[in-house]
Amino acid sequence: MAKVLLEDWKEQYRDEKIECMSRDEMTALQSERLVKQVKNVYENVAFYRRKMDDLGVEPGDIKGIEDISKLPFTTKEDLRNNYPFGLLAVPKEKIARVQGTSGTTGKLTLASYTENDVKTWGECVARGLVMAGLGSEDRIHVCYGYGLFTGGMGLDLGAQALGAMAIPMSSGNTKRQLMCMEDFGATAFACTPSYAMYLAEAAKEAGIVDRLQIKASINGAEPWTDEMRLKIEETMNINSFDIYGLCEITGPGVAMDCIHHKGLHVYEDHFYPEVLNPADQSACADGETGELVFTTLTKEGMPLLRYRTKDLTSIDHSPCECGRTLPRIQKFTGRTDDMKVIRGVNVFPTQVESALLSMGGQVAPHYMLIVDRENNLDVLTVMVEVTEEYFSDEIRKMEALKAKVGAVLKQALGISVKVKLVEPKTIQRSEGKAKRVIDNRNL
Amino acid sequence: MSMSNTVQQLSVFLENRAGRLDEVLKALAKGGVNIVALSLADTSDYGMLRMIVSDPHKGRVVLKDVGITAMLTDVIAFRVSHDTGSLSKAMHQLVEGEINIEYMYAFANGEDAAAVLKSDEPARVVDILVGSGFQVYSADEAYAANV
Repeated sequence: MAKVLLEDWKEQYRDEKIECMSRDEMTALQSERLVKQVKNVYENVAFYRRKMDDLGVEPGDIKGIEDISKLPFTTKEDLRNNYPFGLLAVPKEKIARVQGTSGTTGKLTLASYTENDVKTWGECVARGLVMAGLGSEDRIHVCYGYGLFTGGMGLDLGAQALGAMAIPMSSGNTKRQLMCMEDFGATAFACTPSYAMYLAEAAKEAGIVDRLQIKASINGAEPWTDEMRLKIEETMNINSFDIYGLCEITGPGVAMDCIHHKGLHVYEDHFYPEVLNPADQSACADGETGELVFTTLTKEGMPLLRYRTKDLTSIDHSPCECGRTLPRIQKFTGRTDDMKVIRGVNVFPTQVESALLSMGGQVAPHYMLIVDRENNLDVLTVMVEVTEEYFSDEIRKMEALKAKVGAVLKQALGISVKVKLVEPKTIQRSEGKAKRVIDNRNL
Repeated sequence: MSMSNTVQQLSVFLENRAGRLDEVLKALAKGGVNIVALSLADTSDYGMLRMIVSDPHKGRVVLKDVGITAMLTDVIAFRVSHDTGSLSKAMHQLVEGEINIEYMYAFANGEDAAAVLKSDEPARVVDILVGSGFQVYSADEAYAANV
């Protein structure tokens, strides 16, 4: 209930030296760290020694960040093959914590952190919290899950580093979440965007929005659109920020967007980003979409060289209006894993979300995509919730709404879609990552 | 007794899935809400349930409590005698008045019957019907019909 308008925003930095560093200084810092890291993994991780030997690359060949393209890639498959502790660069006794993937796809992957890694992680999240206008006086309600999943712990560590109050709610039980949010006077909350939307609706329905002291929400762990952000901001009268991360690299806190919402600032002093052309892995120019690849420059426990995230984005190295020089990656259109090819057209669930939200509240931003194959033809059905305000007892009006949704989706996706209107609040709300697609085709 | 000439209809959007109608009816029964009249329209993937009930506000609340969204819609209910041609006479007057009727359904009410209709000009409908000798239900009369 305390949204700050852009013109009244006072930008603050957690680490101004790093966050606003000149490109030359940053390149020098990254080069120094990369050289050291490559030597470290070559000496201490059998997997990387073998990979580099296979490519005929020696640590001495890496003289600076410009040599990064000589280094081998690391894939999720490599992590699985070396599960659980095969990629450690330190003895296991030095590991202070392990975290796992949230299990979006396939088997668990495990990441190991030394005490310093944990500290760096908290520091990076804290940078993001400060970027969201928060400080040591704030009370941060964390409704990401706690456990192996990095969401809960990541935000908790960030709050701790900031000296703020962490409220470790974990996920689930929306009524209790809202009660605690109000009773404890939380000033910010963190969870997936789909759950933030759900909480916002529930708060509105319970009529407590004005009694909450929430200023900001920090949301990530699944792709979401600007339209969804505006909807959450409007429903709760707050500022919402997009946080990005993956447990292989550190967890949330790899990148986050600022009040200008023109991409997510990457903490490139620790996590060096490359955007590569998916076809030949050549570097994309700024603005070109490709696969995001990270090298952990300072990680001690499980350092990774050129880890392929499968997330698609583009990068922009120009300084931001907020004053930061940290490069910005564009909000994600989705993971290569989430993309569906339907009748030869690439469809991302976020495109549907953005189209539905453009309809100005006639339908809720909750949806489900169902892909079937009928008579050898792909059929995409989109289940859409009618909002209570636009629900009509006249079939003519409901059919007109259905036709309009169909037209908007066809325009956005480039393929025709079967629309199925469903009752308000019947599409499952996720407390973790939202499941948006059911593919019934046997591909 | 309320002097309102419109009646609040309880309208429910029903997805076509097994048991959904039963859930609605069960919730109303449990909440002690009596159904006076009912009409169910169906399309290929959802149905529209329209009801005149003993207490529409309460009906809406008991449905909401079990997660079913319902809305209240203003409709007009008027008496039609059991004589052949009486509904036709009412309709003729409305057509003459260039009234657009969105939908209509009827229920028997002991000595006579009642027709329920939805129009975007409820006030004019009432004027026309009353002016041509038809008796329009007040809300309270409609909610207690058949009791």
